[in-house]
Amino acid sequence: MNETLYYSLVIAGVLITLLTIAAGNIYIERRLLSVWQDRLGPNRVGPFGLLQVVADIIKIFTKEDWIPRFADRVVFVLAPAIILITILITFAIIPFSPDIVVADLNIGLLFFLGLSSLGAYSLVLGGWASNNKYSLLGAMRGAAQMLSYEVFMGLSLMGVVMMTGSFSMVDIVEAQKNVWFVIPQFAGFVIFLIAGLAESHRIPFDIPESESELIAGFHSEYSGMKFGMFFVGEYLAITLISALVTTLFFGGWLGPDFLPPLAWFTIKVFAFIAFIILLRAALPRPRYDQLLGFGWKILLPLSLINILVTGAILLSK
Amino acid sequence: MLSHLRSIGLALSHTFAKRETIEYPDEKVDLAARYRGRIVLTRDPDGMERCVGCYLCAAACPVDCISLQATNDEETGRRYPETFRINFSRCIFCGYCEEACPTYAIQLIPDYEICEYDRKNLVYEKEDLLIAGQGKQHGYNFYRVAGMAVEGKNKGEGENELPPVDVKGLMPLVVDKLIG
Repeated sequence: MNETLYYSLVIAGVLITLLTIAAGNIYIERRLLSVWQDRLGPNRVGPFGLLQVVADIIKIFTKEDWIPRFADRVVFVLAPAIILITILITFAIIPFSPDIVVADLNIGLLFFLGLSSLGAYSLVLGGWASNNKYSLLGAMRGAAQMLSYEVFMGLSLMGVVMMTGSFSMVDIVEAQKNVWFVIPQFAGFVIFLIAGLAESHRIPFDIPESESELIAGFHSEYSGMKFGMFFVGEYLAITLISALVTTLFFGGWLGPDFLPPLAWFTIKVFAFIAFIILLRAALPRPRYDQLLGFGWKILLPLSLINILVTGAILLSK
Repeated sequence: MLSHLRSIGLALSHTFAKRETIEYPDEKVDLAARYRGRIVLTRDPDGMERCVGCYLCAAACPVDCISLQATNDEETGRRYPETFRINFSRCIFCGYCEEACPTYAIQLIPDYEICEYDRKNLVYEKEDLLIAGQGKQHGYNFYRVAGMAVEGKNKGEGENELPPVDVKGLMPLVVDKLIG
């Protein structure tokens, strides 16, 4: 098959699937949250309330898209695009199945780490351009949060890289043929999950957003589809973190033969999306200095010890 | 850290718990019989209006949502409200009017579905408030127990009532009759 055509199809397929999943996550989240809060959730629009997503999308597209007069126009418009673009680009390195991967980069994991840091600019620029005290506070917290998770996020993945001997995502999945990395790298898995939650700004680490204290923080001034882009960006970030945890620690597409590889990958990803939603239902938000302290004083040393022990074991073999 | 894991487990344990939601238009809440909802004006067992226009409900109302104008029926001698107006956009359903009413005329019933798209439609006039039945107090008829002459009942003809005493007469009172 023509290689260009094949990759165009893969890219288009991945893009459409991801945007659909991001919209579908809204429904999944609302229904699952209601399950754990003893409610029913949206169940009126269409079968099982599935068309609620369509209604939400129509609503957000028809809302007034307003830019405040006091805002920095260019940056204000640019900021929501950054988070969406960086996350969508990051999906290029995710191997959905042996055949479906947009780009099997030999620096795949570093590519993700670099782009995830870029995503934080979206918050900071959005909060700054809004010219609003609450937004600025949210942006400042976003920056502080990035300082706390970025370091141990990278370090927590080094154990996996050392055991594989490669940064390539496909190599990492194939190295898990015998045993998933979640068993030898359990500490790395827990630390990466926490860092991933902080990276996607989800409850319990939605500190830049802080609905209850900062009235939506960095996106207070956003409305219409610009707000929608932050929203979709957040849901894409959940999907990205779930996909990464699946790929790095839970054997990616690997699984018993009775289901195709893509099905195994999807099942694992949705299990993690559900878990992240469960965390939202269960956990309160820490103060941002608590997250900073937790990151630098506990998780950073832990991930360093993890690297040390992994390295020692690998060397002694 | 352990407490966080515990709360995650607790949230997960609610997966199959009973739902709290009542799907309102399809199923409705079981209200207590004495639930304070929409206000009605009731009638006595003869089918006449109970309200005597004493203004006590309007005086008791903490949000001043009741306004009425009392008048007298010259033929029957009965007092009744000429107009009776309750503004339900103000009413807080406290039930003080029902407590203040000396004739059980004004009553709150367990009906809460009185939404309107237009605020002025929430102002209920007397014909909207008046119902055909007796409400919660069956068999009570104010004019039958009050010592007041109306059409069909003269003084002394009411329940538990003696004929009027001629205070200017010279004859002694018949005590037996008084004790009855």
